[in-house]
Amino acid sequence: MQKIGVFVCWCGSNIAGTVDVEAVAEAMKTVPGVVFSTHYQYMCSAAGQKLIADAIHEHHLDGIVVASCSPRMHENTFRKTAEAAGLNPYMVEIANIREQCSWIHKDKEEGTAKAIVLAKAAVAKLLHNKPLTAGTSAVTKRCLVIGGGIAGIQTALDVADAGYEVDIVEQRPTIGGRMAQLDKTFPTLDCSACILTPKMVEAAQNEKINIISYAKVEKVDGFVGNFRATIRKKARCVDETKCTGCSLYMNKCPSKKGKDEFNMEMNNRPAIYIPFAQAIPNVAVIDPEQCVKLKTGKCGLCQKVCTAGAIDYTQQDELMEREYGAIVVATGFKPIDPSPLNEYGYAENADVITSLELERLMNAAGPTKGTLLRPSDLKHPHEIVFIQCVGSRCDENTKRGKPYCSKICCMYTAKHAMLIRDKYPDTKVHVFYIDVRTPGKNFDEFYRRAVEQYGVDYIKGMVGKVAREGDKLMVRGSDLISNQQVEIAADLVVLATAIEPDPSARSIGTMLTASMDTNDFFTEAHAKLRPVESPTAGIFLSGVAQGPKDVPETVAQASAAAAKVIGLLAKDHLVTNPCVAGSDELLCNGCSQCEKVCPYGAITYVDKEVRGPGVREVRRVAQVNPAVCQGCGACTVTCPSGAMDLKGFTNQQIMAEVDAICL
Amino acid sequence: MSVNNPNWKPKIVAFCCNWCSYAGADLAGSGRMNYPADVKIIRVPCSCRVNPLFILRAFERGADGVIICGCHPGDCHYTSGNYYARRRLTMLFSLLDYLGIERDRTRVEWVSAAEGAKFAKTMNEFVETIYSLGENRKLSDIRCKKS
Repeated sequence: MQKIGVFVCWCGSNIAGTVDVEAVAEAMKTVPGVVFSTHYQYMCSAAGQKLIADAIHEHHLDGIVVASCSPRMHENTFRKTAEAAGLNPYMVEIANIREQCSWIHKDKEEGTAKAIVLAKAAVAKLLHNKPLTAGTSAVTKRCLVIGGGIAGIQTALDVADAGYEVDIVEQRPTIGGRMAQLDKTFPTLDCSACILTPKMVEAAQNEKINIISYAKVEKVDGFVGNFRATIRKKARCVDETKCTGCSLYMNKCPSKKGKDEFNMEMNNRPAIYIPFAQAIPNVAVIDPEQCVKLKTGKCGLCQKVCTAGAIDYTQQDELMEREYGAIVVATGFKPIDPSPLNEYGYAENADVITSLELERLMNAAGPTKGTLLRPSDLKHPHEIVFIQCVGSRCDENTKRGKPYCSKICCMYTAKHAMLIRDKYPDTKVHVFYIDVRTPGKNFDEFYRRAVEQYGVDYIKGMVGKVAREGDKLMVRGSDLISNQQVEIAADLVVLATAIEPDPSARSIGTMLTASMDTNDFFTEAHAKLRPVESPTAGIFLSGVAQGPKDVPETVAQASAAAAKVIGLLAKDHLVTNPCVAGSDELLCNGCSQCEKVCPYGAITYVDKEVRGPGVREVRRVAQVNPAVCQGCGACTVTCPSGAMDLKGFTNQQIMAEVDAICL
Repeated sequence: MSVNNPNWKPKIVAFCCNWCSYAGADLAGSGRMNYPADVKIIRVPCSCRVNPLFILRAFERGADGVIICGCHPGDCHYTSGNYYARRRLTMLFSLLDYLGIERDRTRVEWVSAAEGAKFAKTMNEFVETIYSLGENRKLSDIRCKKS
């Protein structure tokens, strides 16, 4: 009989408030196998851990159950405690009596009874535990960064700075991301391009960084330290090594009706183009949907004018296979399309624009060369209405938008209002808002400047309707402070649209098996304490892919993710999870079912001499590669002869838990 | 059937995959979202680890309901585990129904690590359903019953 110790944690009043910890410890003393049971205020504290270590020595314990918080919190802590006290770390089981008991039940009697059952189940399981030894696996010292916006660039720079190779895979023809589209940044009013482009150049010049633009990650397999990615580099029809970025073709290309994505499709571009002047790589790309030569075979003008001989219409997509130790998701965001929100009339009126469109209209490289002109008639707007929270902070049940606050809109609208009032003092600016949220260093001061110094008219209330009347846009809304209906005849209406994860995020999340929330933002390993790691080992999160953020927060998180990547890549070996599948060769009948369901290809069949009571023959049996197995257990259920089992979650262990819960 | 014993409390076993649903249950906990104490959770690495035998065993030992929670389709930490679980359990549940264990006593629900509220809601609904069905006697081994 094994000797088991049970340690019930109070977690201050978190557990002790609704569970009678003393009664639990007392009840556990009568459970077969338990030779020691006690309770303590904080088991995870140094004193608590010492208590456990002392009991292991004193009572010669073979295994321990800690009834405390979720194993996702402290399983590792107690495994280390046990190991330090000479016990195998896998002879530790956690009974989750906090998240799954004390915090959700109010009745102390009920909570105590449940805590006892959970602790008994843990003991029942532990009685079947076997000591396990972890193996090691090597680490590929290269990092993949998916997304080349400011988040991806910053992470790549920091990882490269530590001496590791980084590949940035960017889906667009250039890195730079959303920040490249911004005119100025709050609260300093820095020119966005002026602070971003040096970073882009730095990334391009860093010999450790390899920028793979106009490409996407198609497939990823493997595991932490040993990922294998297939990257599709789309055909640009321009040889990157030859193109000088001269732009001579610009006026020659006969197909000029392409939508300029960089300028939010507010103007046209030729079929061959460079997204913007500071693009990196500064190499042209041909839009295959639009190019006359690619569609009809007749044209080839750009090839004629290209003195470098860089144009190659026959270029094909290139598939690259690369190996990585860590992967960083920096897929960023896009503004939502406000067209379905009929009341704002975005789809019908050219003069109802989004904030990102305004950003381009105010930029010197934008469609109006930086002069603020309204799209419909290219006249100066004299009265502008900003509408906040368009598609943000919506009731989830109405399906009219996102439930979350997009976080950056209050600040960029204050910025827009201020810049417009500064440049065109004769323009009246109104802002309809629900709340003004400006936490952040120098943020509230910035907003107050917009109101006090620049006289921006903030109106608390929502807009009910935007409708065209003559050459004006009538904005009807309510002013909740004076409790009156307001009507403003505006020349231009700007919608502060919600931001949402880039559409590529969902498929990348699935590919990486990195969990996401219902809004498609990547979930962090712990909301507070591990904010830049995905629960999937080896996957790290950078920037808005994890949740709405402004530029400084994005940069800070990007560097934090880089620190985590460096910590991983600095290791030569990683300890692998010993909870992997194993086959009982005597029972295996060689049917190959397990091989088919294994998602990792960890199972192979070998001819092997099998010896057992009355058996000695060469048979075809399953063999699990423990370095490749990730421990899902699919094979264990598929196996018709019950030969396959999963260490740490064996059939016996789970059955014992079922029994303990039901009896 | 529960009418016979007014003090009857159902026994409900919830198998939760480590990556999504167990984390979802933890989130329900830290969000203090109440659900009845009749639900007891067993942690498994993946919903595909749940052997139909475990469910049969639970009913044999007197469980009144069994629920299996895993990652949403397409989001399995192990890529495809929840698809295997879905197929196996669909088969098993119809077999159990044939044996007299009502279809409503068994349930599969996909709960992500971010869906604490959904976890609590699912458990509340499930427990309510089990209460309305009453005690399960089919399959249960009378030798396992106390007194």
